[in-house]
Amino acid sequence: MTETAIEFVDVVKRYGSATAVDRISFSIARGELVTFLGPSGCGKTTSLRLIAGLELPSEGQVKIAGRDVSRDPASERNVGMVFQSYALFPHMTVLENVAYGPTIRGVAKAEARDRAHAILDQVGLAGLEARLPSELSGGQQQRVAVARAIVQQPDVLLFDEPLSNVDAKLRRKVRAEIRDLQQRFGLTAVYVTHDQEEALAVSDRIVVMKMGQIAQIGTPAELYERPASAFVADFIGDANLIEGRVEAGKFHAAHLALPIGAESGKVTATIRPERIRLAPGGIATILSASYLGSRMEYVVQDEDLEFLVSRPISEPRLTAGDKVDLQIDPADLILVR
Amino acid sequence: MARISLTSDRAGAAWLGLLALSLTALPWYKGAGLLAGPAASALAEALSGRGWFWPLIAAALALGAVALTRGWQVSRLALGLTLAAAFLYVWQGFAVGLRGPSSDWVGGVFARAAEGQTGLGWGGFLAGVALVGLLSDLVAARGFCRGERFASFCITAIVALLTTFVFFPILKLGLAAFVDTEGNLALATFWARLSAPDLWGVACFTGGGRCGVVVNTVVLGVLSATLATALGLALALLVNRTDFRMKRALRAISILPIITPPFVVGVAIILLFGRTGLVTGFVADLMEVRPTRWVYGLPGILIAQVLAFAPVTFLVLLSTLEAINPTLEEASRTLGARAMTTFRTVTWPLLRPGLAAAFLLAFIESLADFGNPIVLGGGYEVLSVKIFFAVVGARYDLGNAATLAMILLALTLIAFWLQMRWMGKKSYVTVTGKSDAGLAAPLPPILKIGVLAVVLPWVLFTLAVYIIIAVGGFVTDVGRWDLTPTLGHLSTAFRFEFAETGLELYGSAWDSMITTLWVAGIAAPLTTLVGILTAWLVARQDFAGRRAFEFGTMLSFAIPGTVVGVSYVAAFNVPPVDITGTAAILIICFIFRNMPVGMRAGLAALAQIDKSMEEASQTMGAGGGTTLRRVVLPLIRPAVFTALVYSFVTAMTAVSAVIFLVSARHNMATAYIMGRVEAGEYALAIAYSAVLMIVMILCVVVIQFLVGTRKLGRRQELQGRTAAEPAE
Repeated sequence: MTETAIEFVDVVKRYGSATAVDRISFSIARGELVTFLGPSGCGKTTSLRLIAGLELPSEGQVKIAGRDVSRDPASERNVGMVFQSYALFPHMTVLENVAYGPTIRGVAKAEARDRAHAILDQVGLAGLEARLPSELSGGQQQRVAVARAIVQQPDVLLFDEPLSNVDAKLRRKVRAEIRDLQQRFGLTAVYVTHDQEEALAVSDRIVVMKMGQIAQIGTPAELYERPASAFVADFIGDANLIEGRVEAGKFHAAHLALPIGAESGKVTATIRPERIRLAPGGIATILSASYLGSRMEYVVQDEDLEFLVSRPISEPRLTAGDKVDLQIDPADLILVR
Repeated sequence: MARISLTSDRAGAAWLGLLALSLTALPWYKGAGLLAGPAASALAEALSGRGWFWPLIAAALALGAVALTRGWQVSRLALGLTLAAAFLYVWQGFAVGLRGPSSDWVGGVFARAAEGQTGLGWGGFLAGVALVGLLSDLVAARGFCRGERFASFCITAIVALLTTFVFFPILKLGLAAFVDTEGNLALATFWARLSAPDLWGVACFTGGGRCGVVVNTVVLGVLSATLATALGLALALLVNRTDFRMKRALRAISILPIITPPFVVGVAIILLFGRTGLVTGFVADLMEVRPTRWVYGLPGILIAQVLAFAPVTFLVLLSTLEAINPTLEEASRTLGARAMTTFRTVTWPLLRPGLAAAFLLAFIESLADFGNPIVLGGGYEVLSVKIFFAVVGARYDLGNAATLAMILLALTLIAFWLQMRWMGKKSYVTVTGKSDAGLAAPLPPILKIGVLAVVLPWVLFTLAVYIIIAVGGFVTDVGRWDLTPTLGHLSTAFRFEFAETGLELYGSAWDSMITTLWVAGIAAPLTTLVGILTAWLVARQDFAGRRAFEFGTMLSFAIPGTVVGVSYVAAFNVPPVDITGTAAILIICFIFRNMPVGMRAGLAALAQIDKSMEEASQTMGAGGGTTLRRVVLPLIRPAVFTALVYSFVTAMTAVSAVIFLVSARHNMATAYIMGRVEAGEYALAIAYSAVLMIVMILCVVVIQFLVGTRKLGRRQELQGRTAAEPAE
């Protein structure tokens, strides 16, 4: 029986006539890392701020550790938050930054400093306590921000696009650090990002959002392999969306005819680019071939449809104009709404 | 987490406790010392027959009962009862005036109302505070300000203060315009006052006689604003678009008018251009003409105002020029336009919004100006001076003063509205946040000559005026070119001796100087506090009615000082808040006159600071107050410094509002100087002004030392770096 750390019940957040979050409900278990993923303006950051208490819901309830905190301001919730800009206090040293929270909450000064030292040790910043934030590298600043957020053992740790200010090359390392830290301390964490690759890499579960509503909730594998809608399929990874029709247990589109267990009628199906195989000689034409180092990417035309196909670099290369045959395993075809 | 819900209960309960205390244990009326205690409390007064307290006491009791229930802070009943109590609190103050009940039914119900009542004392004051606190707590519990109690309290308190000290007096003054000398409603009297020929006459244009005072005021305002804008533009072009060497000196000169006490520039102009003035005499000898009194009236006021307002327009236009992206002018040049064509077709159109803003600013200042017209006006009457004489002169007529004040206010608000509308539109600011490559195009040579032709006479003239101010107080008679050094004037004002009893101050100016320093010293930090707090609320808190709140605070800035002064006379001469004649009214007046400047400084500084730092502080458990103190204030110290200095200096040199509010016990330096000018004691006035300026400069240095701006450069840099580019 897992314990519920965070729960949203029919939460609505309006700004004037605009609705940022439109009646969403979900719950997050203790120790879980959940990502809010979606395009900008989908309500993911607002949802995070609703958990933090930086926004209060217009309707519905926000519960943390079983307690309804819908009307409590941020200062009265036990949350830690890592901001996109880190938001380190530039006029305080690293130690003062980390000891700020405990001091505010009434911990004696010496004790607060001890705790700050201990946490800084844990995140590998021992020896930098007396520096000002401006004297640290970006990665170090980020670790200070994390240390500052977890020093008070929060009920939940919130990340607002924490990697957007990190060098592209470092991102992989930093996100592994975050994941490692979250596991080591057994923290419940909520993570906001618009980068689907980042979301897939760090999350236990992902909440995909669209226009203030939840499009789908699931583990990374579930979302990738069983997207519930064309939107999710398209947003997570690359996907071919194929408009077709089902007749007599077969899916028809262009010259494809694949067995499928579905009722007759018009449908949309998706298939991942790497699930399509190409055999030389056929009626489809390669429109373009791009060399991407680790793989080849082809755009293939079959009658009025275009397919994006991704093949390992080890396979024989094809070039634009080549005739190919599209081979699709019916099991890889997913019908979506 | 139990601790937290306890504190929220405690906050509401504490305000309720204060309410109970103020109603039962403290003297309600002013005059009674704190020691009078419960015997003079509202409860005791109610028991002894002053029954108009009962409704308020009943509401407070009901609130106490509701507070015993669980979750009372979010109940509609508690909110309703608090609003009712607030209404009854205000009602009891106005139901019974100084000399009796304000309406017949109140007199009928409460017999003792006939005795009247005096103003609020400790009990009355704290009851108001408690109600504001309670209200803020209850609305915060319902989600106002995201449930942030501190912010909620600040907003409620500032709204209550603005209502009491800005809008209530104006309302009261507006009502006074419709009332005759007996206090009865008299629309006919109002109409007679409003349509009086000495207000609207235009005879001066047709050649026969004088114009009305309203026409005079507008003509002066338009001329003054036009000339000040032209001069400001010339200065701005010189600084921004030429290789002129003395830029720093120009900037320094432009600060002078801010620390120059009123009247003294007028006096210097009289000493230069009056009938026996230095320049007048020189020109008369040279040209063999009879010296005249030409400077008194429109020309004199105009000269003084242009001198005073040019620095303001200069700063506005300088920032406009600096905001023009040089690449636009470069584009024009590469397309083949000559320098003059580029200026005419690119630079000038981009400048227009700035010109309009500068013009309206100077126009509003000219409308509000009191010091120059009263010294140099002669027979040329303007509204601010006429209002003054309607209240302070021999013919006391508050109704007439109120009518004139309403006209002046209407003119100002129209200009203010135009300004807001103009600023509200997307101005042609071409700053993109990217660094602009290229240098501003230098001014075409013809324009440069024109600009110098305007600026150099101005520099000479300013120098002449300030030389008069610098030496006038310390020579026998600068007006007759008797330059024998003397400390006589200074000694009249500031003589002191070390007697056996200690330091003895004999000079006639000591009283007003000491009062001025005290009042300015108390007002400055309070003004800064209210101003910065308001800026923080507007910039950082998201609450219902934020725009109205912002507009209200800005509006209070637009009200001319003369109108504020006369409205305070109208509102605070009588209970429930009768504070005329005290030092408090001076301090309060300064706080609400100058607070918008602190607010602007604060807004500008806050715009530079990443909001998420405050949010970080909140998520770490700090409430609004702690966040403000430990995170925000350290980061906006330059703005705090600016606000402190400005409010201090303005309090030292302000005249238009205080002139109505000074009393024999609490006289201000500017009022004293005005008295000396009226008596023709110019040298004394100049000596005092010079001392005042030196004192101000010293105080600014002390403030700078106390607030400490030394480390700031580095901090700003740090902040910029962490927020903008946390690169690895």
